[in-house]
Amino acid sequence: MQAKKRYILVILSCAFLAYCYFGGYRLKNLLLSQQTSSPSDPVVPVANTRHRRHALPSFLSSHRKSSEVLHPLHEKASFQGRHCRMETCFDFSRCSKKFLVYVYPLEPLNSLGAAPPISSNYQKILTAIQESRYHTKNPQEACLFVLGIDTLDRDSLSEDYVRNVPSRLARLPHWNNGRNHLIFNLYSGTWPDYVENSLGFDTGEAILAKASMSIQQFRRGFDVSIPLFHKQFPLRSGNTGFVQSNNFPANKKYLLAFKGKRYVHGIGSETRNSLFHLHNARDLVLVTTCRHGKSWRDLQDARCDEDNREYDRYDYESLLQNSTFCLVPRGRRLGSFRFLEALQAGCIPVLLSNAWVLPFESKIDWKQAAIWADERLLLQVPEIVRSISIDRILALRQQTQILWERYFGSIEKIVFTTFEIIRERLPDYPTRNSFIWNTSPGALLTLPNFADSSRFTPFLLDSMGEVPQQNYTAVVYVQIGAQLTPNSALYKLVKSITKSQFVDRILVLWATDRPIPSKKRWPYTSHIPLNVIIPGSSEGSVNNKVTGGDDRISISQRFYPYPEIQTDAILSLDEDCILNTEELDFAYTVWKDFPDRIVGYPARAHFWDDSKNAWGYTSKWTNYYSIVLTGASFYHRYYNYLYTNWLSLLLLKTVHQSSNCEDILMNLLVSHVTKKPPIKVTQRKGYKDRESGKSPWNDPDHFIQRQSCLNTFAAVFGYMPLIRSNLRLDPVLYRDPVSNLRKKYRQIELVGS
Amino acid sequence: MKTLTKQQLRNERLLNILTYTFIVIVICVALSEILDIFGSSKVLEENYNRKISLDLGRLSKHNIPDDSPTARPRNGNCSYWDCFNVYKCGGQKLSVYVYPLKDYYDSEGKPIFTLTKEYYEILEAIVDSPYYTPNPNNACIFVPSIDTLSQELINSKGVGQAFASLNFWENGENHLIFNLLSGQSPEFNRVLEVNTDKALIAGGGFDSWTYREGFDISLPIWSPLVPEITPSPQKDKYLLISSQMNLLSKHRNLPKSNNILVLKSCDDEHYDVKRCVSGTKYSYPSIMSQGTFCLIARSDRLGQPDFIEALAHNCIPVVMANNYVLPFEDVIDWNLALIRIHENNFNSLQKILESVSAQKIKELKAQGDWLFNKYFKDLKTITMTMFDILNDRVFPHQAKSLKEWNTRTFVTPSAQNPLFLPMIAPKSQGFTAVILTYDRIESLFTLIQKVSVVPSLQKILVIWNNQKKSPPHPSMFPKVSKPLKVIQTKANKLSNRFFPYDEIETEAILTIDDDIVMLTADELDFGYEVWREFPDRIVGFPSRIHIWDNTTQRWKYESEWTNQISMVLTGAAFHHKFWSYMYTNSMPGGIKEWVDEHMNCEDIAMNFLVANVTNKPPIKVAPRKKFKCPECTNTEMLSADLNHMMERSACIDRFSKIYGTMPLKTIEFRADPVLYKDNFPEKLKRFNEIGSL
Repeated sequence: MQAKKRYILVILSCAFLAYCYFGGYRLKNLLLSQQTSSPSDPVVPVANTRHRRHALPSFLSSHRKSSEVLHPLHEKASFQGRHCRMETCFDFSRCSKKFLVYVYPLEPLNSLGAAPPISSNYQKILTAIQESRYHTKNPQEACLFVLGIDTLDRDSLSEDYVRNVPSRLARLPHWNNGRNHLIFNLYSGTWPDYVENSLGFDTGEAILAKASMSIQQFRRGFDVSIPLFHKQFPLRSGNTGFVQSNNFPANKKYLLAFKGKRYVHGIGSETRNSLFHLHNARDLVLVTTCRHGKSWRDLQDARCDEDNREYDRYDYESLLQNSTFCLVPRGRRLGSFRFLEALQAGCIPVLLSNAWVLPFESKIDWKQAAIWADERLLLQVPEIVRSISIDRILALRQQTQILWERYFGSIEKIVFTTFEIIRERLPDYPTRNSFIWNTSPGALLTLPNFADSSRFTPFLLDSMGEVPQQNYTAVVYVQIGAQLTPNSALYKLVKSITKSQFVDRILVLWATDRPIPSKKRWPYTSHIPLNVIIPGSSEGSVNNKVTGGDDRISISQRFYPYPEIQTDAILSLDEDCILNTEELDFAYTVWKDFPDRIVGYPARAHFWDDSKNAWGYTSKWTNYYSIVLTGASFYHRYYNYLYTNWLSLLLLKTVHQSSNCEDILMNLLVSHVTKKPPIKVTQRKGYKDRESGKSPWNDPDHFIQRQSCLNTFAAVFGYMPLIRSNLRLDPVLYRDPVSNLRKKYRQIELVGS
Repeated sequence: MKTLTKQQLRNERLLNILTYTFIVIVICVALSEILDIFGSSKVLEENYNRKISLDLGRLSKHNIPDDSPTARPRNGNCSYWDCFNVYKCGGQKLSVYVYPLKDYYDSEGKPIFTLTKEYYEILEAIVDSPYYTPNPNNACIFVPSIDTLSQELINSKGVGQAFASLNFWENGENHLIFNLLSGQSPEFNRVLEVNTDKALIAGGGFDSWTYREGFDISLPIWSPLVPEITPSPQKDKYLLISSQMNLLSKHRNLPKSNNILVLKSCDDEHYDVKRCVSGTKYSYPSIMSQGTFCLIARSDRLGQPDFIEALAHNCIPVVMANNYVLPFEDVIDWNLALIRIHENNFNSLQKILESVSAQKIKELKAQGDWLFNKYFKDLKTITMTMFDILNDRVFPHQAKSLKEWNTRTFVTPSAQNPLFLPMIAPKSQGFTAVILTYDRIESLFTLIQKVSVVPSLQKILVIWNNQKKSPPHPSMFPKVSKPLKVIQTKANKLSNRFFPYDEIETEAILTIDDDIVMLTADELDFGYEVWREFPDRIVGFPSRIHIWDNTTQRWKYESEWTNQISMVLTGAAFHHKFWSYMYTNSMPGGIKEWVDEHMNCEDIAMNFLVANVTNKPPIKVAPRKKFKCPECTNTEMLSADLNHMMERSACIDRFSKIYGTMPLKTIEFRADPVLYKDNFPEKLKRFNEIGSL
């Protein structure tokens, strides 16, 4: 037989086999259908099935007929304690006006002996509240009550354990079975079984803000799950994320890492005890030790020695820095310090802690920042982490930093986030959507009362496919109030603004005792409305807490969100500012591209002064800048709202007392929100009219004051939010050797420095 | 003809025998495959290789004796972690088994449940879905064919017994029970009153006490009226429509106002398609399309079919039911599509709704419409959404994030910037210069020398795109102080310039043509500084603009001195390495292949890609330069130039058609050093060598 023939035969037979194997079901079906159509059950035509199918009733048929409800169900009274919900265990009426928090005073000495000491972490929680805008000293106007008793550590074997809590609670004047109380807790239960809800006292109807909660114990919509943080955790920011670059791919030395204790026996020990199966000493480094506690030698098992050797080979910090993923296995309790450590390091957490309710899970979409694994499927972990694509790793890593930065970096942030989560449950408070919560700058910096759509804040415009509204409102702050003549700086300024093609309205804030010039003294503004307002005259704009009963108008009033400001863009100006119309228009077109930043002319810089060991402030010409003063700049009107309603009262007080530095504070605020520098436009540096008489700027003390402001601000923020920029933005053809006729911004060419 | 030797003949015979044997074996195997079927007379339902039959014509009967064991009561503490058997779920995807349809009768011969058309459709959807498996031994989820959609249509005891009788019940592990209407008068339990043991419940009226988060699934109450609804965009005549029939009486007293429509049932009409108020008849549910908001309130049950009807009519649901678990609440952010009102706030309802901004209404409507079409439009879609959620739970590392579940993907020009962490790139890394070259060795060497002195340069990568000629020997290259690597490509493609080579270890890539030798070190260094502040954009030197040509009705490419720019050419530009990865792996619409084929417009393609993803324009750095060939002005060049411009215009036109929109953004600014053109001592000034032509 010829080779050809042979091949054909072989191929044909293989094809037949393949047909029988893959296509055989057709034959089978044929055979089967013959088989099943027994005489008693005649073949049912398809039409019949269809008919029967249409004859089926709807599940809803009886539902709607009952139009009157006879037994309206009321919230059951038994849904309390273990079954608390906001509707059953919380008095909303206490919170209808404001969301204020009362902190009980620390216990004085009494028959029970000395007041128990308070752990440093609990003290930090209390300080964060007391120095915040949430705080009230009046229990009558409080919505939430926070205990003066340290309840963070409820492990009865721990040294921070506070005794006699039930009797202490009983003596609290507003306890009311825990209604509207918030109890912070990091550890509950104790050796050997670590019972989760064993706090050693009855929490009644109080909300728990607790670490390591399990899905079974967590009261949905009532409790708040918080992260476990260690003893040195900072009160305010200062602890930035470790990710300083966005390399793609990250090319870390290790794929997955863990270094920590294991418990050999007892609750929660299994997971960590089996981690050695995953360790390969190459890209998967999972090392544990049993060397902890007093009697570890008595409890050790066969693997301990080997484990300890391997354990000592690796440095924890360097594993964190050099691994793409970090395993976060449960310990005795469900949560562990590892979680926040990994988050900060930008090491993507891989969770091995079944049933754990992740911190702030009701608001934070952890799928964007962490990977869930299952303790039951421990051996699949390597396969799972290897299956994550490099672009997803890039996204996960960035999100760890955003979450760390916005919600977890300090005790203050953790406490405020807890408050905001509870606050969003109030019937009268608007809720922020998941995009706001999970996008920088996050919920703490997006005040929902400002507007009901993200369209009106500068942060989510790109993802919504929106651009800022057209046009701007010019806000001129008048402090001197020199005579208004056609030659005065203010007059010329208003004239330049009037000629701008993007101006919507001019608002003059008349913050001086001199009389407001009569209407006819102002330049003709055509169709553009010109309003003169005396700051502080509008209701509620003077905050007693800030001014401390002092009659002076706070200079912060220049950033008050006046209802007259309707446009997204605000052009903030000093009265003696000398910009021409083209400069205004150009700066506005640049701002439209950077609506979240301050865009303007007068650039200043901050620097670290080693000799004084303090921050320095300079107005000298430098190659960089980090501040653009609000004497001549554009910014989003949302920042006025944030400045007035969000900034710590300590900061506003500093500004008020010095009647200075409000522009620096605005820069710190905006950089804190955006993590970006402001933007300077064009070459112009001097922006003040030199001739317009006595200006506070000429005062030598003025400058020293600004230096000290900067340091106060940095201290209250907990870090220095300002960021440097090395560039300025000019018109595309600026100073290019082409005919001026081809240039759009010809006046700017003439301005110079 | 050649003669065969004996040896060959023997071989030939041997081969023949082997062949025939092989064929016989193959045929035997094939037949046995079929004969096996003949041989085994298995009953239908034990054949696990084919879909179960949903034929209503021949249902087998199953009698449940009165004393047959019943399933254990529902375990209210169940969670995914302790009641769900995850070991049953192997592979990469959920597999769902459906029990065969049967008629169940109790001891008195009464059916224990009524099969409804909705449940039939759900079963059909499952059997047709990619999650379906006919083999219970491979199944992760089990769906009983016992219809428990409505509490009112079942015999609770009998159903409990029927569950226990299921072949793979095993305390209800991994069984999924569907229920839309739960509880009975007067208590109206929020969960199915049947013993379901450890089974998961996909239910329609959970409150937060009965819903076991991460375990149960909350469904919308389906309405049989939805399939008949044809979307008809109408002007909103009413602020609020209240058309729910079973409202609590205290919720009927809405303020009298001509923008609030409160409808009641009509005395003579069919209850589900008409509504009346003071003598006027309205057809229901289409009246809902005339409302901005539609009130959906708690009644004896929490979930109401009016919810999905409102959604279908693009009327924003105003949900007033404390502690009600909204449909698919685990994955859907309803804040984006509806208004939730606390029951205590009923009296201020009008005030609350009137304060909602027009912008917010627009957004809620758009999101509601999208959600409806994506996840709720029919029972099949709802069923699939439900299994997608379960699939995400069982394979959490593949799960979609809330963002992915709720982002309206088709909205243009919405941007999902992959480089979303606000940061200034670290200075220490420096950049990698990627030089694409073919054979212009002299100019390449000049360029290498020039680039190598830029302080922030980390490495030079020469992409040798010439297959006919090898690159010069390493010793021929100029001696430079920075690492230099030559990569020989396999084909002369323009996309090679954007390949994310492993050799690129920095975030920033400077792509530079081998003939761009006029940039100074200061300019490049400054360019890198600018890129550090805008690491998600293309930052570079030669800029271009696209213009709409009204006469030709096409896009035009422009390289003149203009006041605006919208592109920065990658002949000399910095970009993040991620964009190279995207260019190589996820360029839409075959643009990458087209560019490689036509050897043009790779730079325009890159500008489109980045602008489309980020919604941001590029940044032009420093004043304009004459880039190519300053003294060529002869006519030959001009015509070549003209041709070139035509081609480039065609590219823009083509790409914008592929994207379906014009992603490029126009700006009027460029980046200069802070002290550019300032009269300032050179020693103290950075970047002095900028801007000379």
